[in-house]
Amino acid sequence: MTAAISARGLSKRYFLRHDLDWVSPTLRDVLSAQLRRAVRALAGRPVPASQTASEEFWALREVSFDLAQGARLGVIGRNGAGKSTLLKLLSRITEPSEGTFELRGRAASLLEVGTGFHPELSGRENVFLNGAILGMSREQIARRLDEIVAFAGVERFVDTPLKRYSSGMYVRLAFSVAAHLEPDVLILDEVFAVGDADFQKKCLAKMNDLGREGRTLVFVSHNLGAVEQLCTEALLLESGRVTAHSRDVAGVVHAYLGNEGKDKIAEWRNSVAEFRDYWFIPQRFALTDENGTVVQRAVRWDEAVFVEIEGDIPDHDPMLCVGYAVHAETGELLYWSEHTDGPMAEWPGLAQGHIALRAEIPRELLNEGSYRISLMAGFGGGDWIVHPGAGGPALALQVHGGFDTSPRWTSRRPGLIAPRARWTRAAGRVAPPRSEAPAPEET
Amino acid sequence: MTQSENLLRVQAGRFAGSYWKELWRHRELAWFMARRDLLIRYKDTALGVAWALLRPLLTMLVLVVVFHRLAGFSGQGAPYPVLVFAALLPWQLFSSALSEVGNSLLQNSHIVTRVYFPRLVLPLSAMAVAIADFAVTLALLALLMVFYGQLVGWPLLALPVFVALAALTALAAGIWVSALQVRYRDVRFIVPFVVQFGLYLSPVGFSTSVVPEDYRLLYSLNPMVGAIDGFRWCLLGQPFYWPAAALSVIVTAVLLVTGVRYFRSVERSVADLM
Repeated sequence: MTAAISARGLSKRYFLRHDLDWVSPTLRDVLSAQLRRAVRALAGRPVPASQTASEEFWALREVSFDLAQGARLGVIGRNGAGKSTLLKLLSRITEPSEGTFELRGRAASLLEVGTGFHPELSGRENVFLNGAILGMSREQIARRLDEIVAFAGVERFVDTPLKRYSSGMYVRLAFSVAAHLEPDVLILDEVFAVGDADFQKKCLAKMNDLGREGRTLVFVSHNLGAVEQLCTEALLLESGRVTAHSRDVAGVVHAYLGNEGKDKIAEWRNSVAEFRDYWFIPQRFALTDENGTVVQRAVRWDEAVFVEIEGDIPDHDPMLCVGYAVHAETGELLYWSEHTDGPMAEWPGLAQGHIALRAEIPRELLNEGSYRISLMAGFGGGDWIVHPGAGGPALALQVHGGFDTSPRWTSRRPGLIAPRARWTRAAGRVAPPRSEAPAPEET
Repeated sequence: MTQSENLLRVQAGRFAGSYWKELWRHRELAWFMARRDLLIRYKDTALGVAWALLRPLLTMLVLVVVFHRLAGFSGQGAPYPVLVFAALLPWQLFSSALSEVGNSLLQNSHIVTRVYFPRLVLPLSAMAVAIADFAVTLALLALLMVFYGQLVGWPLLALPVFVALAALTALAAGIWVSALQVRYRDVRFIVPFVVQFGLYLSPVGFSTSVVPEDYRLLYSLNPMVGAIDGFRWCLLGQPFYWPAAALSVIVTAVLLVTGVRYFRSVERSVADLM
């Protein structure tokens, strides 16, 4: 079988500049620097070397692999291991700094669903626009429009502006367009992170269909369960390099989980300028205790732990929302929390400049085990700055012990979570059976 | 399609495939983007059209008062409001296209960082709104000319050439701005100033004949001079200074070629810069 994708020595280098501002330099600074140098040169004085202190950072280093036609590759690895960079290279959003790759057939990349959706336009208009962005031809979209709309279940609202859609309808329509792409090679980011369990199931089934139709799939996900279920081979990235690539998906997943514990972090800083969004630049994301000390150890079930988020808002957008997501070790999402939780009057206000927020992780809730706390920032409706669990910063939280407030439970309880419910004695509505009469048999 | 035709080879430091062929393949995307912008712009039809009409009318009024009433400039045989409006047409095409095209990359950054397509699709489709506004204003000019009893002759046939010149000048400048904006974040503050000064540096409120003969050629380095003079020649039969127009065409061509080159050099790392 011919290879659908073959990559040779793919590398991606970023330059991190320390002298210049975060977003991008200003033309004024560049021009005035040039002018100063010119004046110095004219005056016969020595011209100082360019002061650009830039640091190299290899997001991806010499990645080589072959992927046969019809194979489904799961790419796994920690945040910052280079998964997203690999996807961006393969989907041609950025160019490699070194190396080559060949791609056979029509490729489509899906780094999010609903790219280009505009709230003012009708469902129909958005299907055409989004389809065109994803590389479908007008004729192709027109032919499948009814199917797309029916799959999303929004037939009645096809001419309604998207802003009147519920968020569920919005996501369904967005996914439906993506599901009706007919590429030979599909490059897919963790788009399943959104939506409810039913919807995720529907998506997984659709992905399985794609595989059966002989399409090649590259899939990046934190949901290891989905990778094991969906993929025929797995590739593990660590610090930008391939450390495992095999048909033994379970084995690669295992290798990943084995390494995972080595350097769990409880504090993240934007030290390599990973994020430079125009609306919000996260600078610090940490788990702390009551005194603000970073929590480097396992915490007790009943202990107070706080999530701290610090960042810069270059330009304030009132829709901006920051928060965190909690995932279980196995990849299931437990919950999202955002600074806009609760009544508006109680929200911590955001404003232009530096902000620091803190939220307590509800006590007496998480079961014993490991959790991934990921940063979220966005505007709602799928417009993300930092997507939880898709390349954004993530922290590790270990819950251990503390159940000893009850003498009966001292270790992990069955179930995803272990909330403490308050038990009291109730009045009761059923009269106690008389001891001589046999209790009525239950069916 | 054979297998080899379908093979994409991406190599570090080289453009993959044929850029222009790829751009042509994405013409439908350009159309849908343009359609999106038009639909949003004219969604509230009455308001959209009213805005397209009011802006040039008010600008014309101010310019007529300042240059004709206060400064006493003459219309060179044409009613002054018509003289000004004939120049406002290409000028507004230029200024609104400059801002639309100039913002096109940054405004679509959420798409650019998620999907690949030749990025030139964005500035090209951003021309749509400016051209639609232009069409509305053109109708207004026709009414104005009927009102003043202004007759047109055969030079009217050459009007599309000057529309194209004004549009290409705007596109060229817009492509420069859109790429610069991604690299330098203060550019978006500079552009409004350029547009504001440009209105007075270009012969919009006055006739080019006001400029002393010796400086005519130098003045025509401003590519909008050729386009505006062309409009006045086509519509009002005003004298046309060919060397200046030729120079404007050359400046526009240079702007366009260098602009596309710069754009493509920025395009390669655009997703990393956003």
